[in-house]
Amino acid sequence: MLKYTIKRLLALIPVLIGVSILVFLILHLTPGDPALIMLGPKATKPALEALRHQLGLDLPLYKQYFQWIANILKGDWGRSIQLKREVLPLVLTRFKATAILTVFAAFVAVTFGLLAGIVSATKQYSLWDRLLMFLALVGFCLPVFWLGLVLQVFFGLKLGWLPVSGMSPPGQAGLGSVFKFLILPGFSLAVGTMAEIARMTRSSMLEVIRQDYIRTARAKGLTERVVTYSHALRNALIPVVTVVGMQIGFLLSGAVLVEIIFAWPGIGSLMVNGILARDFPLVQGTILFVATIYVFVNLVVDLIYALLDPRISYN
Amino acid sequence: MQTETNKPRQETVTEDLGIEPVSPKREIWRRLKKDKVAVAGGCILIIVVLLSVLAPFLTSYDPNAVNTAARLQPPGSPGHLLGTDHLGRDMLTRLLYGGRISVAIGFAAVAIAMFFGILIGLLTGYYKGLLDALSMRFIDILMAFPYVLLAIAIIAALGPGLLNAMIAISIVGIPYYARIVRGTVLSLREQEYIEAQKALGSSDLRILFKHILPNALSPIIVAATLDVGWMIIAASGMSFLGLGAQPPMAEWGVMLSGGKDFLRVAPHISLLPGMAIFIVVLSFNLLGDGLRDALDPRLKQ
Repeated sequence: MLKYTIKRLLALIPVLIGVSILVFLILHLTPGDPALIMLGPKATKPALEALRHQLGLDLPLYKQYFQWIANILKGDWGRSIQLKREVLPLVLTRFKATAILTVFAAFVAVTFGLLAGIVSATKQYSLWDRLLMFLALVGFCLPVFWLGLVLQVFFGLKLGWLPVSGMSPPGQAGLGSVFKFLILPGFSLAVGTMAEIARMTRSSMLEVIRQDYIRTARAKGLTERVVTYSHALRNALIPVVTVVGMQIGFLLSGAVLVEIIFAWPGIGSLMVNGILARDFPLVQGTILFVATIYVFVNLVVDLIYALLDPRISYN
Repeated sequence: MQTETNKPRQETVTEDLGIEPVSPKREIWRRLKKDKVAVAGGCILIIVVLLSVLAPFLTSYDPNAVNTAARLQPPGSPGHLLGTDHLGRDMLTRLLYGGRISVAIGFAAVAIAMFFGILIGLLTGYYKGLLDALSMRFIDILMAFPYVLLAIAIIAALGPGLLNAMIAISIVGIPYYARIVRGTVLSLREQEYIEAQKALGSSDLRILFKHILPNALSPIIVAATLDVGWMIIAASGMSFLGLGAQPPMAEWGVMLSGGKDFLRVAPHISLLPGMAIFIVVLSFNLLGDGLRDALDPRLKQ
């Protein structure tokens, strides 16, 4: 397992280099002069020259890349043009909010998704099964930005039960006060993943339940609860873990939209505002950061998968 | 006139069993027709496409005509079946015209992704070697980004806009098709009927497009059907963020985003385009699931 982990870690290096090259090229694939785009048509010539020099645009492309990546590794991620602040600290602070949101959404999605899937599978073709699977299909197809708005209108504006936007009441930042603000964006983000997990759990459970060892367990006189939870569920979980892993990309993507709707101060809204303001250092920093995190999270998911299923060969 | 005795043996056998030989295509069509849910999905899609294509004949309003005297009318108002938005534009009209853009973008993005994905998958799977190794590494890198994030990164480079957003989401889709096709090609290229074609002197092109591609088509068709829906969500999501179609264009994501500030007084401005997206995506999913079952009944639970 250790050998496998090290091998997978080494395999990440070329991927991360590739990711960094792509992120680097964002600035260079832009049609036109990036400095002019960033500063606008009213920019003075010396200001343009200064920015070009600051971004290293006056160097050959490969030199620019090496200079850029060397700075990234040293922790110098450049300065945001629009916000006039260092990019790395900004990205780190904002990512904390995104992490809280996505982890909460993942927790909600896995808990309710598994529960719904198990109920559906154990009571196949019952009213519950049909209702839950109908809801899962609907949840699966709902655009996250629309669901976010609907929840905001209903629970925030009409009923007034939960805060409409933001992350904490002004002046307070405790975790308890954040929780109330987390519920609406968290659930909006979770629904699609929850639906996918429920569907996957159901079909995976149904497949496992038909197998001989389950019949044996029942024949031994074990209670249905023991059969379901300790025999069937454990094997049924393996494909579900893959789905959860694949859904992390979906959650990080959806977070961008949810953050905009609920004014959640995360990295997604920072990224989108950066693009709209054509603030390239900020855009590159946010995208590089999220992609790197995503690569590592995927590695962890793969390792968990290998732990759960001893049949996976480490070679 | 044929008599019972000089009929070919095979026909007699199938006739005796009451089985008529059917072509695979007809069999798939028969299975799909029996799937009521999939048929419903298909019908809704046909209606949506017809409504958007015929939009100019169905409504007399201009989708962009501002009428400040009739702002924020609720659905059911006289003359405006689905009400008006914050600029007094007729909602029904904008929804119909918006359908043209959203559905067209969905189909176009899938077509582009499919075209390049199939091409890359065929070539890399068939020729293997350096081209394959390089392409697969590149695809690994593309897949190292969460899907929407990659699209956002591409838009960051190209600049916001409807066309750029469509290019971005198409590029994001390419690796998925390339992988599906490559996998099938890898398994097919070693089979005897391909070897036989080679022995007969068929060109690579002929083998690829006439003998391999048709066998790789069913997973692609299913993926593409489901994908049109996701592409519509992705494109309208980009517009919602301000990265895709720009106001005042009648596009579902733009409309949704435009109504954001009027949720308290006129929630229908945002909620109606969202429902339109939902209905279309749901229909593509129902049809796609039905197609999967029809193409490969073994997968059906």
